[in-house]
Amino acid sequence: MSDKDQKKYLFDKPGNVKRLLNGFYVVCILLVIADFIIYRHTTMEWENIPAFYAIYGFVACVLLVVLAKKMRTVVMRKEDYYDE
Amino acid sequence: MSELPPFVLYFISAFLVVASRGIVRKIILLATPVIAALHIGLNIDTGIISTYSILNYELTLMRTDKLSLLFAYLFCIASFISTIFALHVNDTKQEIAGLVYAGSALGAVFAGDLITLFIFWELLAISSVVFIWARGTERAIDAGMRYLIFQVMSGVFLLAGALVHYHATGSLAFNHIGLGSTAGWLIFIAFGIKSAFPFLHSWLTDGYPEASVTGTVFLSAFTTKVAVYSLARGFAGEEILVYIGVTMACFPIFYAVIENDLRKVLAYSLINQVGFMVTGIGIGTALALNGAVAHAFSDVIFKGLLFMSMGAVLYRVGHINGSNLGGLYKTMPKTTVLCIIGALSISAFPLFSGFVSKSMVMAALVKEEYNYLWLFMLFASAGVFHHAGIKIPYFAFFAHDSGLRPKEAPVNMLIAMGLAATLCIFIGSQPQYLYSLLPWEVNYWPYDATHVLTQLQLLFFSALAFVWLNKQCLYPPELHSTNLDADWIYRKFLPAGIHRGLIFFRKIKESAMTAAIAPMHSIRNSFSQSYIAKYHLSESWPTGSMVFWISLVLVAYLILDIFGSVL
Repeated sequence: MSDKDQKKYLFDKPGNVKRLLNGFYVVCILLVIADFIIYRHTTMEWENIPAFYAIYGFVACVLLVVLAKKMRTVVMRKEDYYDE
Repeated sequence: MSELPPFVLYFISAFLVVASRGIVRKIILLATPVIAALHIGLNIDTGIISTYSILNYELTLMRTDKLSLLFAYLFCIASFISTIFALHVNDTKQEIAGLVYAGSALGAVFAGDLITLFIFWELLAISSVVFIWARGTERAIDAGMRYLIFQVMSGVFLLAGALVHYHATGSLAFNHIGLGSTAGWLIFIAFGIKSAFPFLHSWLTDGYPEASVTGTVFLSAFTTKVAVYSLARGFAGEEILVYIGVTMACFPIFYAVIENDLRKVLAYSLINQVGFMVTGIGIGTALALNGAVAHAFSDVIFKGLLFMSMGAVLYRVGHINGSNLGGLYKTMPKTTVLCIIGALSISAFPLFSGFVSKSMVMAALVKEEYNYLWLFMLFASAGVFHHAGIKIPYFAFFAHDSGLRPKEAPVNMLIAMGLAATLCIFIGSQPQYLYSLLPWEVNYWPYDATHVLTQLQLLFFSALAFVWLNKQCLYPPELHSTNLDADWIYRKFLPAGIHRGLIFFRKIKESAMTAAIAPMHSIRNSFSQSYIAKYHLSESWPTGSMVFWISLVLVAYLILDIFGSVL
């Protein structure tokens, strides 16, 4: 058991986590750049905003988490709430 | 032979399972979906109608078209994968339930009339509750009971609707029903309960997380998808469904973000996915309806895959709370990869199954100019990725190291998950095969530069939001908690209300009694003191003698009456 605990796994090294995140950031940047290079056919007005989907995705998720956190103050109860 | 309903094969197998043991039983369990799928593929064409007479009533056990065949294939695949996943379980009850449950789902999609549909509707309810009760805990037994009440109630609505429909139209055929009549609304509510409409959904989020490790995988595949099929047949194009669907797609994701039980997170995301299907059915164009049923097809497989991966964790670790998991990728790498494939599929990444099916519903929304609703659905799409695509794999397999070092999932589980994952990628990268099965004629291809680019932007920046929130420590931590949902109404509010009401009425009764008894006492006292009380007849007598005297008086009346008329 003890030598199992000492075994280093992929994400135990902070360097690997950093590499993964950096790769991820690069892809994000490339996707925004691609928005200006690739022609996007649009049907709706707001789709014409540059990088609309990227902005929308980011804002939507932040909003989702912030609202969900607020929701906790109203709906959250103890784990055994219904067992009492 | 071509008219043998496929559910018969499943029901025969259920009997064979009872009579067999060990390896033979396992072979029967595995062979049933394969034989049923071969039977459907080779012998059953579109356009078959076969009836069976019982008590002067004709049940249409088989009515086949592309819509029912698509779901039939899906249910065979789902039951095959779930059976492999559950192969290590030696529990006769669950094995029989699995066969009856999948068989009933097949029976329901081939049902040509509402009574046949009702019979399978109730069989689905009764057989599926076994999976919840199989967990054996007190919580599971209570949750199973609540689940069963909802399911049976749905059946009661369906039967009532069917009878009213018959009274009004003289026909019980199950075709487009619409919302133009009382019967239509009754049946709509029945379908609504089973497809987990808002406020009618709590049986799902309450029951599914309490089911056994393998049971939830079965449950996630059939009940809601039979309901989606029924809605597509009975209520396509009813606009109210668009709004219901959008609500279903949006509200559960908030719960999914703060929920700790990861199987409950998946239950919420199941409602979210059904929301996309319901929206498609509500739009009602060929593209939207194809999108709805195609999404049902891919959802059964990727949602099954996600429930299987969480089931594997539950099986190895013993609980499935996000707050106490993490770092499992170290010892369960295969399950991790398979879970991520399911997560990518549900998030609709290009080359994975969700991408090719969900996009049809989104395209239909744009085409029919539901611009604002389209924004809500885009929000829901980003939200799915957030809670199901990232949260599930992240908190279970990565996040902080929980110190847990469970063994890799058993081989049968890995095979089942591997099959589902292969299908997810196959459907996603070769959608033409799924598209050729779709019921309506439509020309749609999901892979163009705009669509791929915009979807990738949406998803990567949703992920970026997750990374940023985590780095800023803004992401809500996983907490041991219960989050109030619609089931609070009947689990706390109504019981508490009834309890208070009973106490209130008891108090009223007591004060009324004291108020009424006091004058009665005084009347009795004054009566006993009066001189009439000394007569024999005014003593207090038993009821029996009173009855005797009354009947004597009545007999006297009778005799007088008879003789009076004779004279």
